Amino acid sequence: MGNVLAFCEFGGSTLKSSALSNLTFAREAAAAHGGDVVAVLIGAGAGAAGADAARYAKQVVVVDDAALEHYLAETYAPILARLAGEHGASVVTATATTTGKDLIPRAAALLDAGMASDVSKLASATTFVRPILAGNAASTIEVSTPIIATTIRQTEFAAAEPLGAAGEVVTAAAGELDALGATVERIESSKSDRPELTDAKVVVSGGRGMKTGENFKVLEELADLLGAAMGASRAATDAGMVPADWQVGQTGKIVAPELYFAVAISGAIQHLAGMKGSKTIVAINKDPEAPIFQVADYGVVTTWEKALPELIEEIKKVKASR
Amino acid sequence: MKILVPLKRVPDPELKTKIKDGAIDLSGASWVVNPFDEYAVETALRLLENGDAGTREGGEVVVVTIGPSEAAQQVRSALAMGADRAIRVDAEDKAIDALTVVAVLQAIVAEEKPDLILMGKQAVDGDANQVGQMLAGKLGLPQATFAASIELAEDKASVLVGREVDAGVEYKRIPLPGLVTVDLRIVSPTAVKNHVTPDAFAYGDGPRYASLKGIMAAKKKPLADKTLADYGVTASPVIAEKGVELPPARPPGQKVDDIPTLVQKLVEEAKAL
Ligand SMILES: Cc1cc2nc3c(=O)[nH]c(=O)nc-3n(C[C@H](O)[C@H](O)[C@H](O)COP(=O)(O)OP(=O)(O)OC[C@H]3O[C@@H](n4cnc5c(N)ncnc54)[C@H](O)[C@@H]3O)c2cc1C
Ligand SMILES: Nc1ncnc2c1ncn2[C@@H]1O[C@H](COP(=O)(O)O)[C@@H](O)[C@H]1O
Repeated sequence: MGNVLAFCEFGGSTLKSSALSNLTFAREAAAAHGGDVVAVLIGAGAGAAGADAARYAKQVVVVDDAALEHYLAETYAPILARLAGEHGASVVTATATTTGKDLIPRAAALLDAGMASDVSKLASATTFVRPILAGNAASTIEVSTPIIATTIRQTEFAAAEPLGAAGEVVTAAAGELDALGATVERIESSKSDRPELTDAKVVVSGGRGMKTGENFKVLEELADLLGAAMGASRAATDAGMVPADWQVGQTGKIVAPELYFAVAISGAIQHLAGMKGSKTIVAINKDPEAPIFQVADYGVVTTWEKALPELIEEIKKVKASR
Repeated sequence: MKILVPLKRVPDPELKTKIKDGAIDLSGASWVVNPFDEYAVETALRLLENGDAGTREGGEVVVVTIGPSEAAQQVRSALAMGADRAIRVDAEDKAIDALTVVAVLQAIVAEEKPDLILMGKQAVDGDANQVGQMLAGKLGLPQATFAASIELAEDKASVLVGREVDAGVEYKRIPLPGLVTVDLRIVSPTAVKNHVTPDAFAYGDGPRYASLKGIMAAKKKPLADKTLADYGVTASPVIAEKGVELPPARPPGQKVDDIPTLVQKLVEEAKAL
C-alpha cells in the first residue's frame, strides 16, 4: 500500500495539460498500489492553482513560498523528497517535460529510488513500459526499490477527467531552502500566440530543405490557417533557421497530434522518434527515397516551393465550403 | 581546473534495432561513444583551451567509463580527441543500472575532486536521462542540465549555462564544483566561452575529429583499469529488464500524385481537416 505523489506543473490558476496526463498515470499507479493520488504544487503562487488541482486529486499539497520564484532542482528536489516521506509515497511521478526530467532523478537520488524515465505504459505496480533506442524498441522494466520514481510521456496518457467531488487542499512549508549557490539569471522565451507544440492538434514542421528562416514564413501561414504549432528538424534548428525549442525528436519535443506535416524533412530515426505517434502524417519531400515516406500516411513527392502555395489555397477552399 | 567526463559506449544509433530472445540483439553491434558524451568531451576541451591559438592553458580532462573491457576503445577515442587520462571500471553492461553507475561515479568524484563534472544529458541506448541529475543529488552539488551554451566566469568560480527548456532558454549560474549535462547545441561554433579563446572565435560545427597525432598520443596516455570493488560498490541492480519489443509498425502509407488529391484524402479518408 502506498500513495502516488504527482508533481504537477501549473500556469497561473490552472494546471498545465502536462500535469493532467501525469494525473492519469498517477491514478493508474495509485490503483495498482492501493493508495491515493497526492498532487503536489510547488512554487511562488502555487496556491492559486490549488483549487484547480483539487478537481483532479483527492489530496493536494501546496508549497507556496516567495523564495521559490524560479524553479530550481536544488530547492525543489528536497521538498519533493520530504513530501514523499510525509505522505507515504511508493511512487513519485512527473511528466517528462524539461522540468520533470531535471527534477525527478535528483529527487530519486535523495530517496534512493530506482527510476523509470519517459514511461509510456504502466504494466503492473512495479513494471513499466518505456521507449528506448530513439523509440525503435519498447522495453519493459521492473523497479524493485521501496519508492519508485517515474517520468511519464505526455502523449501516451490522456488528460485526466475531473473527479466527482473536489479533493482537499493542504499547504506545506517550504522549509529551509538551499539553492547551493545556483541562480536563474534570465529566461529567454520565444513567446508565440500559437498553441504549445506538445498540446497542438496539428503540427507543421520544416527541415533543412526549407533552406532559410525566411522561407519558413509560408509554413507559418499554413500553420496559422490550421491553428497549428510550428515544429522543425534538428538540422533546421541547428542552422538557426528557427528557434531551438521548435525541435521535434528524440532529443527535442515528443509530439503526437492528430495531423503532422513534415515538409522538407528526410525522416532520420531521431526525428521519427518525436512524431511517429501522430495520428495522420503527411510528408512533402522532393526525394522519393526519403525515409519519411515510410512512416507517412500520405506522401507527396514534390518541392515545397510548388506544394505549399497550392496546399494553402486548397485548404482555404475547403474551409470556405463549410 | 579539473574536468571529469563520464562516458558510455552505445550501439551505433544508425544501425537497425534487432531483437532476439526478448532482448536487444547486440551480437553484430558496432559501438560508438554516446554522442552526447562526445559533445561533453569537446566542451571540456573548449573550456580549457585557446581555440584560436590552438593551445591548452593547463587543466585536466579525465574521462571515466563503467563498462566491459571492449569499452576501452571508446575511452581511447576520447583520449585521442585530447582528454588527458582515463579510468575504466569493469562491469558487464547488464549488471549495472543508473544507481550503480551513480555510486561508482560518486566514489570517483570523492577521489578526484574535479571542479566540474561534464556529461551527456542522456545515453542514446536507454534514453534514460537520469545519471547526471542523480549524481548531482547524491553529491549535493548544483546542477545545470541540457546545456546549449556554457561560459566559464573569469574567476573560474562559476559557470553560466544556457539551458534548453520547453519554454526557451534559461540562463542558470552555478558555482563550482558543479555538474553540467550537455545538449546537442553545445557543440555549435560559439557555444563555449572561457575568457581565453577570443569571443569572436568560431569553432567548426560539432565535435573535433581525432588527428593522427592525437590517436598516436592516446596510446601512451594513462588508462586505469579498476573494478567495482575498488570503489566499494557491488552491482545490485534495482532495475531489471523483463522484455523488449519492437514498437507496432505503422500501416503502410500511400503516395498521392498532387496537392488537390492530398487535401481530398485528408478530408474524406483521414478526416483530419
Ligand atoms: C544524438 C542525436 C540526436 C538527434 N536528435 C534529433 C532530434 O531530436 N530531432 C531531429 O529532427 N533530428 C535529430 N538528430 C539529427 C538527425 O539525425 C538528422 O540529422 C536531422 O533530423 C536531419 O534534419 P532534416 O531532415 O531537416 O535534414 P536532411 O536530412 O538534410 O533532409 C532534408 C530533406 O529536405 C528535402 N528537400 C530539400 N530541398 C527540398 C525542396 N525544395 N522541397 C522539398 N524537399 C526538399 C531533401 O530531399 C531531404 O530529404 C539527432 C542526431 C543525433 C546524432
Ligand atoms: N556506464 C556508464 N559509464 C560512464 N558514464 C555513464 C554510464 N552510463 C551513463 N553515464 C553518463 O550518464 C549520462 C546520462 O546517462 P543516462 O542517464 O543513462 O541517459 C551519459 O551521457 C553519461 O555521461
